[in-house]
Amino acid sequence: MKQIELQPNANSLEVVSQMNIGCKPRGLIPRSLTLSAMLIILVILVVIIGNIVIGGIGTISWEFLTHPPEQGMEAGGIFPAIFGTVALVMLMVIAVVPVGVFTAIYLQEYTSPKSRVVRLIRIAINNLAGVPSIVFGLFGLGFFISFVGGGLDSLFYPEAGPVWGQPAIIWASLTLALLTLPVVIVSTEEALRTISIELREGSYALGATKLQTIRRIIIPQAMPGILTGSILAVSRGAGEVAPIMFTGAAYYLPYLPTKLNDQFMELGYHVYVMATQSPDIEATKPILYGTILVLLLLTFALNSVAILIRSRMRRSRVSAQ
Amino acid sequence: MERLIFKPKSRWREFTGEKLISITAFVALIAILLIFVFVFKEAIPIFTNSYVQEEASLDKMVFKQQFYEGRDSKWSWQPNSEVPKFSLLPLFIGTLKAALVAMLFAIPLGVGAAIFSSEFASRRIREIIKPAIETLAAIPSVVLGFFALMVLATVLQNALGLTFRLNAFNAGIALGLAVIPIVFTVAEDAMTSVPRSLRDAATALGANPWQVSMTTVFPAAIPGISAGVVLGFGRAVGETMIVLMASGNAAIISASILDSTRTFSATIAAELAEVVFGDTHYHVLFMIGSLLFVFTFLINLGGDIVLTRLKERLAGKTI
Repeated sequence: MKQIELQPNANSLEVVSQMNIGCKPRGLIPRSLTLSAMLIILVILVVIIGNIVIGGIGTISWEFLTHPPEQGMEAGGIFPAIFGTVALVMLMVIAVVPVGVFTAIYLQEYTSPKSRVVRLIRIAINNLAGVPSIVFGLFGLGFFISFVGGGLDSLFYPEAGPVWGQPAIIWASLTLALLTLPVVIVSTEEALRTISIELREGSYALGATKLQTIRRIIIPQAMPGILTGSILAVSRGAGEVAPIMFTGAAYYLPYLPTKLNDQFMELGYHVYVMATQSPDIEATKPILYGTILVLLLLTFALNSVAILIRSRMRRSRVSAQ
Repeated sequence: MERLIFKPKSRWREFTGEKLISITAFVALIAILLIFVFVFKEAIPIFTNSYVQEEASLDKMVFKQQFYEGRDSKWSWQPNSEVPKFSLLPLFIGTLKAALVAMLFAIPLGVGAAIFSSEFASRRIREIIKPAIETLAAIPSVVLGFFALMVLATVLQNALGLTFRLNAFNAGIALGLAVIPIVFTVAEDAMTSVPRSLRDAATALGANPWQVSMTTVFPAAIPGISAGVVLGFGRAVGETMIVLMASGNAAIISASILDSTRTFSATIAAELAEVVFGDTHYHVLFMIGSLLFVFTFLINLGGDIVLTRLKERLAGKTI
């Protein structure tokens, strides 16, 4: 017989005393109250998305997506901003995915969850996720541009003007990489936890070393999780403006970024500048709405893909158990 | 047994591979330390450099100052005027106003929706709710800021007959939209992780579903729900683009939430691009950044500890 241990405490007595057995309020009022809270959120969501879709759909055309801005942003397209955003997040992914995946592997495969180092790293990850994005901007400026970039300049280019010690796409993408690191780690860890111990043991039984097991068994198995994390990181990174304002984004550039130390245009920053600094907001409005729609579609598409992969991964875990 | 499927490579490769993994794992830890060091480093001259202190020492940022002879002393943030004024009080009040409006808006909606999702919604409805909240969370803050600037501000101004189109109320509502997903997710997670056994026990004692929620689940999840609220507040204080675009950015001292207002984060975003590298204003902005960092760090640490303890306690109670 399974033994059930009852823990009598003040709580359970309170529970009994508070329950009016016999009189049965069905909780209709709280139910409708919480339901209306939910509905208000949904309505707001629909209103925001609807407003942007209706405002922007007329602007989007092939020309809009493939041409540079003209006449001080009042005509033309947003190709440089799309190009800059894509380049930015690609550089970010190259930096953040290996680091995030290795960290997750270290935490899951090499350490016991109780160890002090693991706790410290976890606290760091959680806090990294909560640092305000503007502080990341300050950090990017103080560390990457002044310290690293400035240091490189004084080492290798003491004669020339700033080569690396200035706002550039590489510094912006590295700043974003730090900001999105927790996303990749958390998502990879979730995937690592789903891999059964038998799979690892099987690999060891075949004579594989730990590193071989990680490379040939664990990473391929965790691929959906790594993918989800990377996509979510891209979606998050593509929408952040505050960290890149001082680290590399430019309002208008006549050329596309081709080198790591070029500045770049970016969709979110483009939206911010057009919305707040346009001399004639009515003339900019169609372009503005179009840009936001492109940005929203990009983030939503990425998020849907990530959610889809994740739910499939979770379902396969359930069926495997 | 002659052929192994895996051929162990040299020990050296194994060693470097594993070392690489364990070194990379410390990047997050190093990053948080570097952020601390490099944001603080630029704020240090406020405490040490006498030239900087003439314009912005700690007491000048906190207490009333008399800037012109014969005039009343006051708190004022005017870093670019002839006599630069660096009082942090107007920004502090502005930050608090926007964040409080955001919380008053986000707590009822976020917690309410979390209760609905965890206690009343069927599984099918929950599968609509969760992606909807994730979608809200995925909207970039610059888009929320834009919406508040272009649409919400006009609606509120017409509805309430406001003098200032952009104000703390307008910014607070938009900020609340960014906070709702955090409050919802943490609160909902806390409520759903209340173990089945507790619910069953309450049901066995004769409670109906609503009574189970109110007398058992809700009290058990209260620490988690409060953690969600606190983490949401941290986000509201640190969020930049929304307040930068929707608050009007006037650094004034006023108790009214319908006045234009300026927050710490928006001040950094608006002014850093124009400051001279290394002058007083530059250091003061980094000082504000340090304040934001410390504040959110403490909030996250606290929330983290509360949530970990709660999870452990709830898990320990399972039979």
